[in-house]
Amino acid sequence: MSYSNKVIDHYNNPRNVGSMDKNSAEVGTGLVGAPECGDVMKLQIKVNPTTSIIEDAKFKTFGCGSAIASSSLATEWVKGKTIDEALAIKNTEIVKELSLPPVKIHCSVLAEDAIRAAIGDWKKKQTSTSAVVVAEAKV
Amino acid sequence: MSTEVTTLVDEKMVGERAAVKPNGGVKLPIYMDNHATTPVDPRVLEEMLPYFTDRFGNAASRNHSFGWAGEEAVETARERVAKVVGATSKEIVFTSGATESDNLAIKGVAEMYREKGNHIITAVTEHKAVLDTCKRLEKYGYRVTYLPVQKDGLVDLDDLKRAIDGKTILVTIMAANNEIGVLQPIAEIGKLCHEKGVIFHTDATQAVGKVPIDVIKQSIDLASISAHKMYGPKGVGALYVRRKNPRVQISPIIDGGGHERGMRSGTLNVPGIAGLGKACAICDEEMPQESCRMAGLRNRLRDRIMSNLDEVYINGSMEHRLPQNLNISFAYVEGESLLMGINDVAVSSGSACTSATLEPSYVLKALGTGDDLAHSSIRFGLGRFNTEAEVDYVADRVIETVQRLRELSPLYEMAKEGIDLKSVKWAAE
Repeated sequence: MSYSNKVIDHYNNPRNVGSMDKNSAEVGTGLVGAPECGDVMKLQIKVNPTTSIIEDAKFKTFGCGSAIASSSLATEWVKGKTIDEALAIKNTEIVKELSLPPVKIHCSVLAEDAIRAAIGDWKKKQTSTSAVVVAEAKV
Repeated sequence: MSTEVTTLVDEKMVGERAAVKPNGGVKLPIYMDNHATTPVDPRVLEEMLPYFTDRFGNAASRNHSFGWAGEEAVETARERVAKVVGATSKEIVFTSGATESDNLAIKGVAEMYREKGNHIITAVTEHKAVLDTCKRLEKYGYRVTYLPVQKDGLVDLDDLKRAIDGKTILVTIMAANNEIGVLQPIAEIGKLCHEKGVIFHTDATQAVGKVPIDVIKQSIDLASISAHKMYGPKGVGALYVRRKNPRVQISPIIDGGGHERGMRSGTLNVPGIAGLGKACAICDEEMPQESCRMAGLRNRLRDRIMSNLDEVYINGSMEHRLPQNLNISFAYVEGESLLMGINDVAVSSGSACTSATLEPSYVLKALGTGDDLAHSSIRFGLGRFNTEAEVDYVADRVIETVQRLRELSPLYEMAKEGIDLKSVKWAAE
């Protein structure tokens, strides 16, 4: 099985590798997959508190070249998008962009899951923050 | 002694590579996957060629010189194959390869000794040619016991002893494993089988020509041999079938003319067989020095890698192992991504991502290696034509790629933070 040029490019020059402070209120962290499956992706987003636009994204992946490329591409795509626009990203688009063969489609699915998990985590933080604000106001 | 062998190899084959090249004197890509297959030794190719051109006769054509030439080549090869395993000529049957030899041995015994019993014993780490054949026999009503292996990859002789019962007709256990290179205690297994009156077959594909195999000393009744694992051509192999003490008989699986004493019909692949014979002769002569050189190279590769990386684990016993094999897991790094990073080196991995079925290596699983480490494994198979410079180059590429991929790895990050990965609740579970 040979890789598409885009997969090779992302593998050799991965975009946005790194970590953010997962305790920050502006950061959402998604950790998907399992070591036993051979695929673990950590995707983090930093969301602007006023505009709710994803300002920055970082990733780290334990997985094959297609998995690394899928998550690297995911960080590229979510940057500059609103939360809703990011939620609309489909794994099929990743498959198309990277020309993933059928046996590697699951890597793109995991990347989509990672985006959702990061957004889900960020959303959870926003709800608890606003609850605190309401409680404080009452006092 | 080793200098002599190196010179021989250099003259014959490595001439091209002897010229100074960039990358520290190595020609790319480098082949280190000799358990998958081996290049044909130039001396073997030279031996084969006449049988494609002027000496093209069918070895079974008894009435003219074309046939006699073919027959002579076959009988010379037969003696050479017999010699490398300590057998006699009459005990060698030529096949299309070890897969066929495994099929012939197992199905051949099963059918011939049906009246005596229907129980077969094998091990979980066998090659698919053995395992799938056993599965097929189970469909025909045979009982098969798949012995587990210990953490080092070796079969427990007590397990074997307990498994043999009144209906056992065959024990089939490989001499050397293709993935982890581990050597089974063949002589002890053979002795036990003979004491119990059970036929012993060994898939010796990865062992012949690499470590000494002696069918008498190791009490072997049937042994599978493959040319392309020992610098011979693909598509040809042999099966050793014992004729004395005891005489072992097998039913053929291919009918059509009764060639090879009725055990394997079909026109003989004369050039292939000539090649197999020459490959055996070369191994027989050069094995002591070659295995010493292989061990030296393998240990050099191992030591260079392990002294520059932490959390690297060798899979399978180092003590009972083929001198040219190294199977290592690099924690926190997935195998296929590692292969991609060393794309100028040919090796293989036990990772699920590299298999067509997305299943991780069942051999590593049998050792008790966790799936995560199975996904992180690389198999190096050194060979006759690998050099020290190549070993150093490969080690350095592996080291730098592992380091780079660990920077990309969330697992490495978590481990460095002191998180116990086994305690994490993963989303996929």
